[in-house]
Amino acid sequence: MTQWLAKNKSAAIIALVVLVVAYGFWAMSPDKATSMLRFAWTLSIPLVLGALTGVIGERSGIVNIGIEGQMLAAAFTGFFVAANTGNLWLGVLSGLLVGAVMGAFLAWIAVVFQVDQIILGVVMNIVATGVTSFYYVQGKVLPSAMPTFSIPLLSDLPLVGVFFQGGPIALLTLFTVLGTWYALFRTRWGLRTRAIGEYPTAADTAGIGVNKMRIINTTIAGLLAGAAGVFMSMEQTSSFARDMSAGKGFLALAIMIFGAWFPGRALAAALFFGLASAVASQLQADKVVDIPQQFVNLLPYVLTLLVLALAAGRVRAPASEGIPFVKGEGS
Amino acid sequence: MSNPKPATTAAPGNGALLATIIRGQSVIVPILALIVAFAIGAILIAGQGVNPISAYASLFHYAWFSSDGLQVTLLRTAGLALTGLAVAIPLKIGMFNIGAQGQFLVGAITAAFVGYQFGNLPGIPLILVALVGGIIGGAVWGWISGILKAKRNVHEVISTIMLNYVAAQLIDWLLNSYLKAPGQAIPQTPKIVDQAQIGNLGPFPVGFLIAIVLAAFSWWLLRRTVLGFQFGTVGANPEAARYAGVKLPRMYAAGMTLAGGMAGLSGGVQTLGETHYFEQSFAGSLGFDGVTVALLARGNPIGVVPAAFLLASLRAGAPGLQFDLGVQPEIVDLVLAITLLLVSIPILAKLLVRKGATAAPTPAPIEEELR
Repeated sequence: MTQWLAKNKSAAIIALVVLVVAYGFWAMSPDKATSMLRFAWTLSIPLVLGALTGVIGERSGIVNIGIEGQMLAAAFTGFFVAANTGNLWLGVLSGLLVGAVMGAFLAWIAVVFQVDQIILGVVMNIVATGVTSFYYVQGKVLPSAMPTFSIPLLSDLPLVGVFFQGGPIALLTLFTVLGTWYALFRTRWGLRTRAIGEYPTAADTAGIGVNKMRIINTTIAGLLAGAAGVFMSMEQTSSFARDMSAGKGFLALAIMIFGAWFPGRALAAALFFGLASAVASQLQADKVVDIPQQFVNLLPYVLTLLVLALAAGRVRAPASEGIPFVKGEGS
Repeated sequence: MSNPKPATTAAPGNGALLATIIRGQSVIVPILALIVAFAIGAILIAGQGVNPISAYASLFHYAWFSSDGLQVTLLRTAGLALTGLAVAIPLKIGMFNIGAQGQFLVGAITAAFVGYQFGNLPGIPLILVALVGGIIGGAVWGWISGILKAKRNVHEVISTIMLNYVAAQLIDWLLNSYLKAPGQAIPQTPKIVDQAQIGNLGPFPVGFLIAIVLAAFSWWLLRRTVLGFQFGTVGANPEAARYAGVKLPRMYAAGMTLAGGMAGLSGGVQTLGETHYFEQSFAGSLGFDGVTVALLARGNPIGVVPAAFLLASLRAGAPGLQFDLGVQPEIVDLVLAITLLLVSIPILAKLLVRKGATAAPTPAPIEEELR
């Protein structure tokens, strides 16, 4: 812990300042602070999950810009399977599976046929948009609302209790971030994953099945994109709308890069984005400032750009992302 | 390109044949891909109980032979080709421009503004000013991404995505305030004056001709100029390029500015040539279609035109499918996706060239990697 603090002084200071400001604000008006954080967190969840999909994929060397399509297809499948079978959990499960299958498709074609991964992502997005509007039917409803849970004790905490209550996907998101971080940086699987994304030839020499692992990892990551989609159509709202992912998959990619390909930083980046939105809409609602709605809407995007421009982080992508691995042809 | 094998092992004339095949590959592969994609599409259409031949007949009838079908198709081709160039040019530098949408919007609204505000100008100068306005609008929007990458190392994927949203919101605000046409329910600009509208030159819409000229210009720029060569070196290996004295920041800024200009011009052409006023929804998914067009053309500026024509024909004909036969128009998206997928399989290209021919090039990766 002390070692980590010494290495990440600025991060620790920023976190401390944010906490002090947040609790200061909470002390002044607890209801408002809590509702703003809930707003920000709800906005962040699909972005975090999508960004994690990207992190796992790119850390293993597979670029995935089809996250948008995975989310959309999963939102569609989850909602309509649940609506047609009357079983919520069957819907959730099939949504997750669709995300995973699309991830598997991406990685498999990329590995076996060495098709450009950017193109595969674009293909997935086109197909997802086409198929979901092709089979779209109006007037379906979920058999029931998604149940909500709250973790005892933790959910009673002031302010941060927000993170520990909600639907199943919302609840699991925080733990997924933790789990992904732990898996990537503290396990043998994670070391291997990072190896095949950085220097696959060396990994291959060490006896790691590079391509097999890339396929498996991208498939697992697809589950998370699926979860993001299911969250949109079954937890955040209870309906599916055409094109409901509305660019969130691309935003998740931006969050992934903003987070420098680290799970924790991606969470922070998404929360930053969500909080900026929350603050802007709250200012508007309270009539503190009288600015057009459009400026409120664009604030998070401009802020994200500004922060990136000012911080000018020397972020670096995994060295071998997007490059097919062929045994014996590496350098 | 010559056959590297010794002449004794190859029959005379074999080398020439092989060279022809390899040269023709950039044409043969897309055509084969199209045939297969349409065949799969036919199976899907047949699955809906519709005769695929009459479905395709209806599709292309609407796109090419209905009253002003070809006009609309060619106009759409122009817009798509220019946004395709907006993606293809940065690809050469190894940059991925997902911001054609925003650049298009800024260009389109600038052109519309010029087109109704300066209505006292005569036709040709007004059109030129409006189009140049569109180019500048888009170029500024692209330049922001380029300069952020050059000076502050902000990833262009982030900045272009963010700027798409910013453009959409800013324009929404303008359409609801200063640029709003009075008495309209939907926020839109006033109509541009009559002499600012561009029509046809002979059988072709002027916008289409502009797109062809710019595709040729881009090809020349990328393949025959120092700047194009520098773009290529940066795309292949930025470190090596910098070591060789190429100024990377200047390349990033120039590439994105050029790209933005193309997308902005696309907006200008659509406003002056087709819609004659500006409304937010006109852009549709044009920016992302630009990505599809550029990838379909494998980043080649000349290939962008036929790729755009294909996409435009499919989109223009799709309503006909639904109208005549009740086939869902989304089927064309699936055909498109399959084509894109097949065009991109290097193995398909390899199979066409005889096994063991060392000269067989696999299509180069679209870009080395996303940086």
